[in-house]
Amino acid sequence: MRQYLLAVQLDESERDAPEDEVRAMLARTGKVTDEMKAAGSWVFVGGLEHSDVSTVVRPAGGTTTITDGPFAETKEQLGGFWVIQVEDLDEALAWAEKCALACGQPIEVRPFGDPSLRQ
Amino acid sequence: MDFDGIYRAEYGRCVATLTRLLGDISLAEEAVQDAFATAVEKWEKTPPNPGAWIVTTARNRAIDRLRRESTREARHAQALLLHAPEEQRETGPVRDDQLRMIFTCCHPALSPPARAALTLRLLGGLEVGEIARAYLVPESTVSQRIVRAKRKIRDAGIPYRVPGDGELPERLDSVLTVLYLVFNEGYTSTSGELLRTDLCLEAIRLARALAELMPGEPEVTGLLALLLLTEARRPARVGPAGELVVLAEQDRSLWDRELIAEGHELVRRCLRVARPGPYQVQAAINAVHTDGESTDWAQVLALYDQLWRLAPTPVVALNRAVAVAEVHGPAAALAGIEELDLPGYHHLPATRANLLARLGRTAEAVAAYDEAIALATNDTERAFLRAKRAALP
Repeated sequence: MRQYLLAVQLDESERDAPEDEVRAMLARTGKVTDEMKAAGSWVFVGGLEHSDVSTVVRPAGGTTTITDGPFAETKEQLGGFWVIQVEDLDEALAWAEKCALACGQPIEVRPFGDPSLRQ
Repeated sequence: MDFDGIYRAEYGRCVATLTRLLGDISLAEEAVQDAFATAVEKWEKTPPNPGAWIVTTARNRAIDRLRRESTREARHAQALLLHAPEEQRETGPVRDDQLRMIFTCCHPALSPPARAALTLRLLGGLEVGEIARAYLVPESTVSQRIVRAKRKIRDAGIPYRVPGDGELPERLDSVLTVLYLVFNEGYTSTSGELLRTDLCLEAIRLARALAELMPGEPEVTGLLALLLLTEARRPARVGPAGELVVLAEQDRSLWDRELIAEGHELVRRCLRVARPGPYQVQAAINAVHTDGESTDWAQVLALYDQLWRLAPTPVVALNRAVAVAEVHGPAAALAGIEELDLPGYHHLPATRANLLARLGRTAEAVAAYDEAIALATNDTERAFLRAKRAALP
């Protein structure tokens, strides 16, 4: 089995959707998550606040500095993610298709690194 | 002994089989290359079944190599190899291995240029330098593409298998596109010489293999028919001075009768199945072109109408206009392409130029030829367009 990150690429330059649309979207993504759980593929799921709420701790010469928000060139930010456990990329892509249709955003599918390197 | 011929014919099959046994494309390639290197030293004459010899030798080499390594993966792979049954040639698994390899190389998670390069390398056995020359990109670019694609197959977990029914249409489409692109690059090269025959023949060889592996898929049959009927006309497509000869002016006695007969038979087989798709309709159009002494343009136009319903793309609209001009005249054809938007595609201004010239609108035709000449990248095509412009009254 392999683990994959299904990352929601959220375009933060777009205006927030009305509340009832957000609720409907959350209901759809929640159903996909339930399906993942039933299939034994689900590991973790989480939605994130927008990137302007985040804080970056940066290493600098043995100490660290703390800055407000990321230095982002791109409009697309991590909006939330699933972690799943499946046989191969085709299975991961099949889940990603469901996630993309449910949340209406692009989904980046990225495999986790080889855990044996951490030993 | 034709060692190069054996290498070209057997490389893909052997790598596909070893990939199944080892679960790793790069290891499989190394093992097969080792085995061919051994063959160069040992063969005094060709063994009765060179492919089986290579697979057995590669398998033993891989076991030796894995024994020397002590990682967990190596031990795992070694265990798989030792318990794999001896290979039976000329039977199911070998074919299935190749089919799996085609779908792995053409997986939609890989970039289209990587799919083509990987297919030519792993299935066609072409060297990196040959692929680079065919696509006119630096050798380092091709080798980076191939290395990166192989790494992605391993690290992203792209499976080595034929997709299930649900995914098949999309995945098969990607496979057919790669074979079609390989053929087209050979038939009208991006630049330099007009033709790269080796690429055309390689695409046909792979399409034949695919048609044998998937006889129930009419679009596969359609693509093979399309390639054969196009290839059949190749001998007449270039004149004595290396100049481009268009379909209407070709010496039909130079066309390859055997390929045409085979292509027509495949088109008839598609018609019997009656599940038309874009490749089958294009094959049917080419069957009309190669049927008898002249083209039945009304039939070609009817087929383009069908193609337009299946694949309403600007390129189809442009090609359809050529048939419209033959059936309804150049003015009707010109009206049909005025709105087309195909930036950088020299066939659009070239077709406009031809239609304008036929309507006696010479000044506009000159301008359109100039535009086409500026966009064309192939020397032979540019020379053809210049000659057409010079011949305007």
